[in-house]
Formats: sequence, structure tokens, C-alpha cells
Amino acid sequence: MKAGSNLERMLEAGHFAVTGEIGPPKSWDGAVVQHHAKMMKGYCESYNLTDNQTAIVRLSSIAAGKLLLDAECEPNIQIVCRDRNRIAMQSDVLGAAALGIKNILALSGDHQKFGNHPYSKNVYDVDSIQLIQMLDGMRKGYFQSGEQMKGEPPKIYIGCAANPFADPFEFRVTRLEKKADAGADFCQTQCLLDMERFERWMELVRARGLHKRIKILAGITPLKSVKAAKYMRDYVAGMMVSDDIIQRLEKAEDIKAEGVQLAIEQIEYLKKMEGVAGVHIMAIAWEEIVPEIVKRAGLYPRPEV
Amino acid sequence: MIVAERKPIDEILGFLSKHQKIMLLGCGGCVTVCLAGGEKEVGILGSELAMARAKEGRPLEVVQRTIERQCDFEYFEGIRHEVKDVDAILSLACGIGIQTVAEAFPDKVVWPGVNTKFLGVNQNVGVWAERCQACGQCVLDKTGGICPVARCSKSIFNGPCGGSQHGKCEVSADTDCAWALIHDRLTRLGQVDSMREILPVKDWSHSRDGGPRKLVREDLTLESGK
Ligand code: SF4
Ligand code: SF4
Repeated sequence: MKAGSNLERMLEAGHFAVTGEIGPPKSWDGAVVQHHAKMMKGYCESYNLTDNQTAIVRLSSIAAGKLLLDAECEPNIQIVCRDRNRIAMQSDVLGAAALGIKNILALSGDHQKFGNHPYSKNVYDVDSIQLIQMLDGMRKGYFQSGEQMKGEPPKIYIGCAANPFADPFEFRVTRLEKKADAGADFCQTQCLLDMERFERWMELVRARGLHKRIKILAGITPLKSVKAAKYMRDYVAGMMVSDDIIQRLEKAEDIKAEGVQLAIEQIEYLKKMEGVAGVHIMAIAWEEIVPEIVKRAGLYPRPEV
Repeated sequence: MIVAERKPIDEILGFLSKHQKIMLLGCGGCVTVCLAGGEKEVGILGSELAMARAKEGRPLEVVQRTIERQCDFEYFEGIRHEVKDVDAILSLACGIGIQTVAEAFPDKVVWPGVNTKFLGVNQNVGVWAERCQACGQCVLDKTGGICPVARCSKSIFNGPCGGSQHGKCEVSADTDCAWALIHDRLTRLGQVDSMREILPVKDWSHSRDGGPRKLVREDLTLESGK
């Protein structure tokens, strides 16, 4: 065990894992974070807390992580490379560890151009793969500079993202391999709205044996509207939505119900796919639907580990 | 080359509002090539300024000069006697030239006439693109001759990130993803396997982050001291 988090124990025990996601608010109202956590409590092993997602200033992911711990839910802290240099990041990692946070997820971060401070400077002192290396070094007792840490090293279960829907396609597998080489223990994929492409990606992943080196959680997003699906397809860089999904939603009488049904079918399918270790359900602004999805996908109650 | 763009005329007129006689100083280097501050642009801006001020009823005398390079102290000698008689110098050189003018004429007001944009290349008539950020420790050997520092929106070393699609960067459909270019070029060269290697954390101390940079080459300083 590297950190002994719920998530790590669940994955190491070989159970199909479920993680959720909470977007901290654009205010200091911590009750919002806890409210969302309570809605999903018991249905996921741990919950991602986004780090100023889409480059919009929000309550800090580490502070939100502490709020989650207080609500007896396990946080996955996201850290993006956009806003902080290696000094600030390592300081945050120590702070997070001191608060009892065990899962940390390394990301590049969305460019600030589309956020609420497009005139800001970006940092990118290290990139996401280098951040994984840095986290791995820290849990072995070293700062990035090579200096040895005093006392016990922090216990970290290291996560990362993988995007099978970005280009160049084959390189996406190599990039996951680099993340595994850097020390990542698990990855969560971009939300999966094109099963065919995902399956092709998983084939390449298995061909390299990567699924045995890093736990892969497939990203699931229940769709609420045709408009949202088309927006993601046309305007979000690095996303794909297959035509059959759009058509199914278009034909449905109750689009939301169809979106949920689709998510459940995806999970059922993924449960049988070799190399998929679990799902990461991203239902931002629709957290209350997570229990229903987890239950109907046959993943509730969560196993005790 | 250093790519610059002339500042808007109103901004320049604002700088000059209190002056009656200025020197408009062009540069024969990069800004001539990128059509921002060479002899020709000096001529055009000179008449525009004079005209605008004549209209206001407050004429401005503009002495137009263009020297070989403004980033070299030796070229200022030829204009020193004329600089004495003007209220200020409006320089159309890049930021380096403008500062060198200020250093060469410590008692003279110097105004910037251009915005210095980047180190780049002329791609097409009227189109320039950034190529280098002078990071101080070049990695082009590892990236197929395409710079991730200047050309990736996030300056990452192990791209492309998850925002790369159809060869374009997540920031805009008009921006090529540098890492897609690197990937394609290394593929063409049969070297794409090198992208499996994790490029290490960069030593930014060779860049601006280490403080203002200075280069001293002892082989040359010693020689000149002889
Ligand atoms: S790696 Fe550095 S020196 Fe080389 S082209 Fe890029 S910014 Fe310029
Ligand atoms: S899309 Fe490409 S150029 Fe843009 S930030 Fe990502 S790797 Fe860099």
C-alpha cells in the first residue's frame, strides 16, 4: 500500500471502483461542498475536487478536501500545473498530507484563456508528467530539487488523467505509459462518449500491458440534453461524442432519463471490459443522480475493504 | 528576428503632446524586415504625426533619421549632434533598441513607438509567428526542431496535453498544437519513439526566472583587453 486510501484499497483488492467528482463553488461557502459530498456519500470510494477548473477561481481544492474529510468522505485532490510553481505545489502537497489527504491527481490544467481571468500569467514550471514524478519523489522522501525531506515522507496515492479522445490517437497510449513510468498509480479518463474509440484505445493499452501497471477508471458523464452533448462534441477541445449517442438522446422522450440509462449501460459494458478497473462519474451540477446510477449499475452497496 | 508592431497613433500622439520638436528614429535591423520601424515606416509615421499636430494648431517638428542598428552604441555617434536640439526621441526600434537609445542619451526623453511582440518568423505577407522565447537552454535537439517553450500554449515538455485535437491547440482553432507538430515531424524522421522518454523538469534559471541575464565570454573579453 502506498497511501492506504479507500480508493487504493478498493483497487488493490480488485473490486470495480467508483469515484465521483465535486466542483468547489465560486465562493467561500464550504457547506456547498459538504452538501454535494453528502448526496454521494457511500456511493463512491473517493471524490475528485477540481482545482480551479476551467481556469475559474473557486474555493481551493485542498480546503475542499478538508471539508470532505470532516464530512467523512475521501477526497482526491486535483493539482493543476497552470497556477503554481514547484515550490507552491510541494508546499501544498505537504499541507494536504498534514490534513489527512491521501489521493492526489496531477493535471496540466485548462488554459486560462477561457476562464474568468484570461489576462493572467500561467506558470507551467513543471508539466503534469513531471508533477507525477515530483509526487513520486516526495513519497519516497525527496523534494524535486533532490533535497531529502525531514521525517516521514507524505503518503500519496497518485492519480492522473488520460484522454483517449485527444490526438494523436496512438500517442495517447504512449502518454499514459509515460505517466505510469513517472509513478502514477491510477488514471481517470476524459468522459467517455464514444465507446468505439475507447475500446480501440483500451486494446492498445492492453497490448502494452499498461492496465497491469496503472489502474484505469473510465470517465462517465450522464448527459442532460442534446444541446450539451453537441456542445461538447463541437466546442470542447479533446472531446468526442458519437453519433449514436446524439441520436439516442434526440429520439428519447425523457432526455434526462435516457442520459442516465446510457450511463448505466456504459458502466455495465465497462465492467466486463478487460483492463478497466472502475469508473469515474462526473456529474457536476447533477450530483444527486450519482446514487441512482451506482445502484442501477449494480455497484451498490460498495464492498467493504 | 525580433517582431514588433507599431503602437497606435493616438497613443504616440499622447506621448508627444508636450513636445515641439522630436527625432523620429528608425532602425535598420529586425523592425525594418518586419515593416514596423524602418526608414519607410519612419517616413509614414513622420508625416502622420506632423499632420495630426498641424490640425490641432500645435505644429510638431519631426526630424526623421534611421540608423543601421539601435542595439549597438556605435551607430548613435552620427546623430548625436542632432539629438541635442530635439525635445525627445521617438524610437521605432524593438525594446532593446529603445533602451539602448535611452542609455546612449541619458538626458533625453525617449518614447517607445512600437510594441515588441516576440522572436519569430515571417510566414506569409503580413503574418508573423513566434518561434523562440530565449529560454537559455535550447531543447530543440529533443523536439524535432520545434520549440515547446514558445509554441506550446502551456510550455509543456511532455505533450501533447489532453486538449490537442486535429493538430490544433485547445486555446484556438487557429493555433497549431506544437506537440502535434513535434509528433508528426519525429514520426516523419523515424524518431517518434524518442517521445517515450520523459523530458525532465526544466532548469528555468537559464531563463528570465534566474533574474536579468548577462553573457560574458572570456575568450572575447580577454582578446579585446590585449
Ligand atoms: S528551447 Fe529555448 S532556446 Fe530553444 S527555441 Fe525554444 S525557447 Fe528558444
Ligand atoms: S494543445 Fe498542444 S500546444 Fe496546446 S497546450 Fe496542449 S500540448 Fe500545448
